[in-house]
Amino acid sequence: MKILIIEDEKEMLQNMRQTLEMENYVVETAASFEQAVSKLGVYRYDCILLDIGLPDGNGLELLEEIKKNGFQDGVIIVSARDSLDDKIRGLDLGADDYLAKPFHTAELNARVKAVLRRKKFDGSKTLNIANLEIDLDAHSVRVEGREMELNRKEFDVLLYLCTNEGRLVSRSALAEHVWGDHIDQADSFEFIYSQIKNLRKKLSGSGADIEVKSVYGIGYKLLRL
Amino acid sequence: MKLLNYTTLIFSAILLLLLSLWAVIFYFEMLDEIYDSLDDGLDNQKVLVIQKLQQDPGLLQAPFGENGFEVEEIPKEQALGFIDAYRDTLMFMQNERDYEPARLLESVFSQDGKYYRLMVVSSMVEEDDLVKELFFALLWLYFGLILSIILLNGLLHRKIWKPFYKLLSQLGDFSLEKDVQVRTVPTRIVEFQLLNAQIEKLLRRTVDTYKGQKQFIENTSHELQTPLAISINKLELLVENNDLSDRQIEDLGSVIENLERLTRFNRSLLLLSKIENLQFPEMEKVNFNELTGELATEFEDLALHREMQLQIKQGPLLQHQMNRDLATILVSNLLKNALIHGEKGSVVEVEFLPDRLQISNLGVAQALDPASLSSRFRKTDVNSKSSGLGLSISRAIAERFGLQLSYTYTGKHVFRLDF
Repeated sequence: MKILIIEDEKEMLQNMRQTLEMENYVVETAASFEQAVSKLGVYRYDCILLDIGLPDGNGLELLEEIKKNGFQDGVIIVSARDSLDDKIRGLDLGADDYLAKPFHTAELNARVKAVLRRKKFDGSKTLNIANLEIDLDAHSVRVEGREMELNRKEFDVLLYLCTNEGRLVSRSALAEHVWGDHIDQADSFEFIYSQIKNLRKKLSGSGADIEVKSVYGIGYKLLRL
Repeated sequence: MKLLNYTTLIFSAILLLLLSLWAVIFYFEMLDEIYDSLDDGLDNQKVLVIQKLQQDPGLLQAPFGENGFEVEEIPKEQALGFIDAYRDTLMFMQNERDYEPARLLESVFSQDGKYYRLMVVSSMVEEDDLVKELFFALLWLYFGLILSIILLNGLLHRKIWKPFYKLLSQLGDFSLEKDVQVRTVPTRIVEFQLLNAQIEKLLRRTVDTYKGQKQFIENTSHELQTPLAISINKLELLVENNDLSDRQIEDLGSVIENLERLTRFNRSLLLLSKIENLQFPEMEKVNFNELTGELATEFEDLALHREMQLQIKQGPLLQHQMNRDLATILVSNLLKNALIHGEKGSVVEVEFLPDRLQISNLGVAQALDPASLSSRFRKTDVNSKSSGLGLSISRAIAERFGLQLSYTYTGKHVFRLDF
């Protein structure tokens, strides 16, 4: 999997690169509009992370260029502006997703995976991990063929943790991803904890070979047993 | 008190004082003039009487009053030192059947070597009648003057003060957030020209400052995003480094948590300034009944966790032309607020009433300060991790789209949204 990060903030670029390299992707970077143009002129990528606020040009123009040439590269717009206009315009121009800064590394990872999944495995929309089979379309989970009863949110939590398998997922990253802005208040952590407790019960009850490990003070990590 | 009434009142008071003073002076002047004229008349009468007596000495014996004079012989010594004297006296008037004031001249004269004292009398204007007449005349004058002042004032008022009242009503409609222009009325009056110019200047400066501050907040919030992102991500990557102790991870967790709070706060601030900057142009007819229903399911988990119940009492259809994303934020903030601050185990009631959505919850048995709704930062709990911006955002959204968000305490905390 080849990924291009177009981002002018050096440290931001480094963080993103490090995050994605942990997933064993081949990561290339471009720190300016010009560099991005020259890279895109030569290579194709499975996923491009595109910061639209570049000092020497608007990232949306790069997106237009990619789409005009009919390239199949997946594009995720990354923006510090968190502006609805940018989001709508970007998605209209054919971007696959939009990610507002600041974001969690787990979220970046999940978004990239989702784009890659959509681009590469058309048809097979399942994710296998240990003895679990997660059907992304039907929102169902099977453990060794047996259906596991999960409600919508539990499914989202499990999928998010599976996507970030072996990686630390902070409570707030999880809360933001699954419950959106609705649970960002005082007792959110207690709330997340009780949700995870339920999920754990169901996982062990159905004999899944994975566990949700607590990382004290921060969040959770999904590990194979 | 209206300016018109105020000036009229002052004019009335001043006129009353002036007219009273004037009346007193006028009265005495008048009286003086009357005495003068009467005395002249009496003097003339005296001369005539003396002439008449010289021609007809028989009249010397006539009784007093019959001819309007009285003659009495007096010794020479008494007569020589005598000076003419005018006196006020009373005289019986046949027609009035009463004693009325009269003016009397006492004089002496000699005829044929004898000395006489002569008294001539003349009926006088009745003083009380004069005062009465004068009083009424003044009263009429006074009311006439007041009336004309009121009329003139009213007329001039409407004309002269027009630019002022125009300006006043425009200022009443002025709102920094709504960016309404204040248009002053051109006028020839220098004071109003000055007022207009100063107000225009002041408003321009205020609007500029306000815009500048909003821009500043927005820019600052934008600029904060990237450093926050870098810091959080760096720490997250650091935690994933496996050679950290639990204690270190916990510390890092706390740092991340605080950075996240900062991030949320920053986002809220950004959202708030965007709403105020009218940056959500897409509008559609939002069905609040449906929207609230959808959001309620989103909050099911949280309600369950807080052992609370979210009870929706559907009613009349509530629709409003507005931005859907903001409508969602508005309602979810209210629901979230009710669930977070509501008492554990209680019921949050969401009621649809005619032109009104009402959300009520049990909570701290104490009314919130309604003014705090309109201030940006409301924090009841110092340790609370909420930004305190949720309700401000709701209010800003409501205001932006012409809805009215208000709070009352009736044993329950009630937030109502009037359509």
